[in-house]
Amino acid sequence: MITSFLIKSLDRTILVVVAILLALALLIPALNLMTAPDHPLHVPTYLVSLLGKYLTYALLALALDLVWGFCGILSLGHAAFFALGGYAMGMYLMRQIGARGSYGNPLLPDFMVFLNWKELPWFWHGFDMFWFAALMVVLVPGLLAFVFGWFAFRSRVNGVYLSIITQAMTYALLLAFFRNDMGFGGNNGLTDFKDILGFNIQADGTRASLFAASALALALSLVVTSGIVRSKFGKVLVALRDAESRTRFLGYRVEHMKLFAFTVSAMMAGVAGALYVPQVGIINPGEFEPGNSIEVVIWTAVGGRGTLIGPIIGAILVNGGKSIFTAAFPEFWLFALGGLFVLVTLFLPKGVVGTAQHYLARRRAHRAASGTQNESGLAEPMAAE
Amino acid sequence: MYRILQTVLFALVLFTAVPNLGLRAEEGLRVLVNALGQAKLSDMDEHIAALTKTGDPKVVPILEALGEGNLYARKADGQVFLTKESGSTLTLTDPVTGESAGEAPKTALSKVKVNNGVRRAVRTALGSLTLLSPDRGARLKAAQSVLQSPNAEALGAVESALAAEKDGEVRALLEQARATTLLISDRPAEEKKEAVRLLREKGGREALPILSSALGSADETLKPEIEAALASIEQTQALWAAGQNVWYGLSLGSVLLLAAIGLAITFGVMGIINMAHGEMVMLGAYTTFLVQEVLRNSYPGLFDWSLAIALPLAFLVTGAVGLAMERGVIRFLYGRPLETMLATWGISLILQQSVRTIFGPTNREVGNPSWMSGAFELGGLTITWNRLWIILFALAVFAALLFLLKKTPMGLQMRAVTQNRRMASSMGIRTPWVDALTFALGSGIAGMAGVALSQIDNVSPNLGQGYIIDSFMVVVFGGVGNLWGTLVGAFSLGILNKFLEPYAGAVLGKILVLVLIILFIQKRPRGLFALKGRAVEA
Repeated sequence: MITSFLIKSLDRTILVVVAILLALALLIPALNLMTAPDHPLHVPTYLVSLLGKYLTYALLALALDLVWGFCGILSLGHAAFFALGGYAMGMYLMRQIGARGSYGNPLLPDFMVFLNWKELPWFWHGFDMFWFAALMVVLVPGLLAFVFGWFAFRSRVNGVYLSIITQAMTYALLLAFFRNDMGFGGNNGLTDFKDILGFNIQADGTRASLFAASALALALSLVVTSGIVRSKFGKVLVALRDAESRTRFLGYRVEHMKLFAFTVSAMMAGVAGALYVPQVGIINPGEFEPGNSIEVVIWTAVGGRGTLIGPIIGAILVNGGKSIFTAAFPEFWLFALGGLFVLVTLFLPKGVVGTAQHYLARRRAHRAASGTQNESGLAEPMAAE
Repeated sequence: MYRILQTVLFALVLFTAVPNLGLRAEEGLRVLVNALGQAKLSDMDEHIAALTKTGDPKVVPILEALGEGNLYARKADGQVFLTKESGSTLTLTDPVTGESAGEAPKTALSKVKVNNGVRRAVRTALGSLTLLSPDRGARLKAAQSVLQSPNAEALGAVESALAAEKDGEVRALLEQARATTLLISDRPAEEKKEAVRLLREKGGREALPILSSALGSADETLKPEIEAALASIEQTQALWAAGQNVWYGLSLGSVLLLAAIGLAITFGVMGIINMAHGEMVMLGAYTTFLVQEVLRNSYPGLFDWSLAIALPLAFLVTGAVGLAMERGVIRFLYGRPLETMLATWGISLILQQSVRTIFGPTNREVGNPSWMSGAFELGGLTITWNRLWIILFALAVFAALLFLLKKTPMGLQMRAVTQNRRMASSMGIRTPWVDALTFALGSGIAGMAGVALSQIDNVSPNLGQGYIIDSFMVVVFGGVGNLWGTLVGAFSLGILNKFLEPYAGAVLGKILVLVLIILFIQKRPRGLFALKGRAVEA
């Protein structure tokens, strides 16, 4: 069964992208660790972390593509799942600091000592163990998505209403995490990490490993999502995206399928957040900002929704552009981003990858002269309604 | 021996000085003031009382100086001076004539001693002295200070002031002050009962601590009286507090209504998710800022009219921006609500950054016209004028919009297009034109909301962002496509928010409201006032 799943999931494009990711996971750390700093091919550590950050963003965009591109659920709260995963990882990293904080308290993180707390809140217990934290990285966002989705899909909240309430969800979480007495560091969030799994988090080797882990996680998630959307289940997902009522009338439990996709997607977002935090070294409530979630949507849209590899390319393109732009003309980044939103929705509704696939398919059809099946037709999103 | 002499001297001085004015009074005052220089701390009270009894307005600055530790006695001859420190020397002022008396090194003078007891005595004395001041403001202040720190010794002064007082407001305060001081004095119980009754009638937050402190020292006959008064005051206080919460809720609701009502048009009537709606509000606020800048520089006399001028301008500016948005971007995206949302979000980023580039990222100051500043009391409620005006304005906008939709040809066409676009089109309505105008109208109303919000919020490029989620919540909660739903939604969310705040705190209250709305949408996905019939599935 697993082999058939794999065979179905790995079509040529996906295979190529997975291969590239695996190669990157080896190559970049090797270039960083094994070449001298003045070697022309040397990759400096800051760049490794930067690229690792892009990969976690790409994973987040991929997660969004699963629900938006294949289920028609435009979640404007996906950054919330990302941030929750990040907080779970951050809590583990905080506990690893131990007595090396500025107050030297072996049990309590600095901000709790500062707030004059005497003991660890109950929800911080267990985070000193990596396996527990890793479990929470997946469970907490998954559970939130499950409960939220269960309520929302059961009462058939969809379309823009769903978008608005997901936005309200992340906004509520933003407000909550800003509070000091929530026990998550308030405004400042969690930072000043020292170790991960016993390795120094600042060391080149750790950074390179984190990059490799991000690339692997992305490759794995790509295989999994691809398997999901290419299975029979995935075909029904696309059907409910394009004609929800009709699918329901055919006897499918639409809300269950949506709930499954939404929960899986949230878990992937949580993993992305968990990989993001050790590479940037901080997590704070700003990650819950509704604007962040909407930015994820634009990465996906630029790359092409419903194409799986599109969001990955989109996330890397937009964020690479952001890094270059904000360094060169910081004033104009928001103009560029805003323009991107407008131009992509107006002129490139299928995104870069979608449009490219469209042209390729047309040329192939042209060459074959007689209408062969469009392979990528499955993934091509129709205009909503 | 010395003390007896001093007392005799006092008596003498009082006898001769008080009834007379002029030179002899001045001399008497000087003796009294100089006596301060020699006095011991334990005798200070008597000296201050003697000074107070003169009723001379010149005593006020002397006592003030004493309280602040600026009263010094010259070592050579015992003369007392008001002083002002300048380096190592002191500038001297004659306390009686008020003339300058040159400078002297600090070493030649000794400070008149003060401690907290003396300061308290000085405060009380000042309070009762200024009670008789010809200046109404000073009397008001003095009465308040007596009320805040009542002192049994001031009772006589309060009563004599009450006898002379004509001004209603000061009288009311003085009566309260008298009742308050009476309770801690050694007057007979009958009078005290009267005072308790008076305090109970007046009520107010100030009466509570007075009565409860009186409760401790009161005798048995008075206790039930005071307890009843306390209970009754507490009850009215709780009622007024609830009333104040309702008022705050109405005020917040009117702000939400203003922000959401334009959205109710674009989202509710047209089904367009305009993420740039908050930025329209922001543009309206910046229009107000520009209008005020021009008026301030060129026609300062018209400043009170600035909002009246800004309203139509803001409507036109944001309406034009909305029209451009609809014609330029949104009309290509009809039928694709999610894409519309993204495109308008992009526009909102561009608008925000433009404003930030032009006006800078910091808050801009928008002034309140005189008729919008200040507050008045209504029973136990404090009502600020700007909040009141905003509530009235929100309701006026709502009524005007309702009229426009229900009674004008344009409203008729708008409703027709909403309900059945193709049928409306075949009846000869230019549907694209109606779309554009509807969107412009919604945006223009957001601009007018911005004018109002500039009066109570910081005018910064981020102004709109704070309102966008709340206004969506209002529209979704109230029900899409129904203006009444927006009205009810806005006010109920506002009041709910303000009632949760005292129990849960501002932030947690807001989170609770969001969670409640999310739960509510599960129950009624189409909001409070859902559209029925064919329009639902459109």
